[in-house]
Amino acid sequence: MPEPVLSYKDIRVSFATEFGDVDAVKGVSFDVMPGEVVAVVGESGSGKSVTSSTAMGLLPENATVNGEVLLEGKSVLTMSTAELRRLRGSDISMVFQEPMTALNPVLRVSDQLVEALQVHDVAFGGEALEKSIALLERVGIPDARTKIKQYPHQFSGGQRQRIVIAMAIACGPKVIIADEPTTALDVTVQAEILDLLRELKDELNTGILLITHNMGVVADMADRVVVMLNGEVVETGPVATILGHPEHPYTRRLLAAMPLLREAGDPSLESERVVVTERGGVGDSSSSRTATGVPDGRSNGRAANGVAGTDSDAPPALEAKDVALEYKFRRKATRVVHDLNFTVQPGEIMGLVGESGSGKSTVAKAVLGLLDVAEGELRVRGSNMPALPAKEKKALKREIGVVFQDPAASLDPRFPIGDIITEPMVVHKEGDKNSRMARARELLDAVRLPSSVLNRYPHELSGGQRQRISIARALTLNPTLLIADEPTSALDVSVQAAVLDLFSELQQQYGFACLFVSHDLAVVDALAHKVLVMQKGRTVEQGTTDQVLRHAKESYTQQLLAAAPVPNPEVQARRRTERQRLLAALA
Amino acid sequence: MSEIHRPEARVEPIDSTIEPVGGSATSKTKKVEEASLLADAWRSLRRNPWFIVSAVLLVLFLGMALFPQLFTNNDPRECLLGRSRQSPSAEHWFGTDVQGCDYYSRVIYGARNSIAVGFIVAIGTFIIAVVLGLVAGYFGSWVDAVISRITDMVFAVPYILGALVFLNVLESRGVREVAFVLIIFMWPTMTRLMRGSVISVVNSEFVLAARALGAGPITIMRRHILPNSLGPVIGYATVFTGIIIGAEATLTFLGVGLQLPAISWGLQLSDAQPFLQTVPHLLLFPVIFVGLTVFAFMTMGDAIRDALDPKSKK
Repeated sequence: MPEPVLSYKDIRVSFATEFGDVDAVKGVSFDVMPGEVVAVVGESGSGKSVTSSTAMGLLPENATVNGEVLLEGKSVLTMSTAELRRLRGSDISMVFQEPMTALNPVLRVSDQLVEALQVHDVAFGGEALEKSIALLERVGIPDARTKIKQYPHQFSGGQRQRIVIAMAIACGPKVIIADEPTTALDVTVQAEILDLLRELKDELNTGILLITHNMGVVADMADRVVVMLNGEVVETGPVATILGHPEHPYTRRLLAAMPLLREAGDPSLESERVVVTERGGVGDSSSSRTATGVPDGRSNGRAANGVAGTDSDAPPALEAKDVALEYKFRRKATRVVHDLNFTVQPGEIMGLVGESGSGKSTVAKAVLGLLDVAEGELRVRGSNMPALPAKEKKALKREIGVVFQDPAASLDPRFPIGDIITEPMVVHKEGDKNSRMARARELLDAVRLPSSVLNRYPHELSGGQRQRISIARALTLNPTLLIADEPTSALDVSVQAAVLDLFSELQQQYGFACLFVSHDLAVVDALAHKVLVMQKGRTVEQGTTDQVLRHAKESYTQQLLAAAPVPNPEVQARRRTERQRLLAALA
Repeated sequence: MSEIHRPEARVEPIDSTIEPVGGSATSKTKKVEEASLLADAWRSLRRNPWFIVSAVLLVLFLGMALFPQLFTNNDPRECLLGRSRQSPSAEHWFGTDVQGCDYYSRVIYGARNSIAVGFIVAIGTFIIAVVLGLVAGYFGSWVDAVISRITDMVFAVPYILGALVFLNVLESRGVREVAFVLIIFMWPTMTRLMRGSVISVVNSEFVLAARALGAGPITIMRRHILPNSLGPVIGYATVFTGIIIGAEATLTFLGVGLQLPAISWGLQLSDAQPFLQTVPHLLLFPVIFVGLTVFAFMTMGDAIRDALDPKSKK
């Protein structure tokens, strides 16, 4: 039986705050063996990052730590500051979530790598530089000798994370703590980084403590899994057991909440196809729409229009014709979206998928009228919105609701919830105080929040609750079109699942059309009728969800699909080899 | 479109009950109204010992400025040359000045003019800064360029120099004139602060959401940007009041501020200068008062700024 490289024994951490002591971690114990990947999973606030930070001695000053952290048998918590500093980076190192901020932007990559080596007396001067170049080559940076002289911003996000990993392995650590190392990256890049970590671990026999919330990443990487909830370990065991036969209800819930990208032949697809064809003749949505109890007669009229809009000869809810979009900076325009064409019919959800920089959010901005359209037409219910005079444009904006990604940022922190929800009515001068509040109550009910939150402020609510408020605000004026820009990517999986459920329910109830922007193929698969895949501002592929996600024609779409990890170790291993074959075939 | 498909039954909406973030559940539910950011700010202020100290001092000084007769029964203008330059005694706590006036009552009465200048200038610059900063930060591009360049130009002139030049040509200088000149030369710092504060709010998603709704610039500025960007400016305005009181004393000391027969700390300092070695208490008392007032405003400003900034919460 080999000695564990890192072992946590009954770790307890509490933070002294304004509101008294908060116990973040309540007695956590587990080991990491050499060459083993232990994944700590849990949602935000479960204490997973706090636990791992105790091994680095990097907790803020108001934290009290009890218990024992052993790194190769030496207790970390009793070490002096100087000893700890020697330890950090040499025996134990860290890979952070955000490669953008983990590197110093004003220093060359060479300086940062050489510094890491020199601080720990590994190598000096020219030797250190040579070693740094070798490290960069090891982590797969092409042309390392010239590139090492560049600054961090000259590298892409994935390459930056590779550099961070190079720094982490510079001094041959016994254990690497990887705190959400791929959360900020695109799926294809994520797959590459995970491949790299796996190779390095086998080569260096390093233990990896992987902190993540993504069960797919766990299935891809981990040997053992530790599931944490509210500062306690609820379940621990080999990855196949935990993901295959979870014991604890919380683990089951987490797994169930994970949206799945269904492969062709998935039984659940059959039932859906029936539903989709039924939806073609949307006869019954009129009853659901009027049944929502729209407050005044005017809105009722609109609701009726909305229903008429589902007829085949009605204009589409949103139509883009040869749209090109550009950002202007100092009178120089950079075109970011080219020749975009799509149609969203009333009551239809279109998923807009792509990696960062593909221009998907830019499209959403343009539809919201926050960005001028450089070329082409953007028709909202048949009228070309960018060309309308200001007054009509404002009137047309009533028809568009929006839900943004970050629920913390998209609600004004100084507004009580009631005012937030009724703001669209205030802006469009609709209703009086009482009817507005009545509408707010109705919407809170629709998003399943108690009406007592009317007087609360956003910071008193959790992330999921805030996103529900966002959705409620978007629905205030009964829009025919909803723009959702990554509405769930800032949320924990189980919260995401609840919000997505709610979203599709509301979509049926209110019958709005939706442009759903997301990088998560599984989420799009669960919600959308149609999918448009974008890459670098151009359309790669579009069609029904089934066509695009299960019978992809374009190699880019296939790569995207292959890179999305699934929470099943065996399936994931199979998918991994498939992906590598696909990439090899492309090369 | 049916439900979302997942291998197992759907997840319970685990966050559908309201759980207050931080604080005990009972006290929060009882005082729902009190849970606003201002109430939070007040709560953290009350626990800040520096806030208590500065608040007590400020109440004291404001009391002096508004009702000096509460603090002394002596008339500051009753001057008998026969008791000139006496040392502090039971009868005259701070002694008497060159003219033989009771120095304690003169220092007390001096608070009014000094603090008045402080307030007038602080309020004046605050208004200018909020309006210009809001417009520049919100509209950006050429509007911002024009306002910012003008700000920079005024910023380039040291206020002392500007005030010396302008106040020197004025025949009679009262609180109004001094305050006016100080406003003219001291608005740029706060305007820059406001502009920066606005810019940090302008790009937030809730402003985007409001714009996407079709709300106009005035609505957005009034409803969203102003309330979210005032925090640091209010804090600075309080600190600024302290700075102005010091500035007024400086100008008066230099001979371009208030004029006799006005009573002010700056004038007292100016008059006491020739007697620094012989009668040092004439300098000491007004210096202590100016110092304490500036200290109180600055400490108060820091405390307010920290309390209004949600990021500074520990």
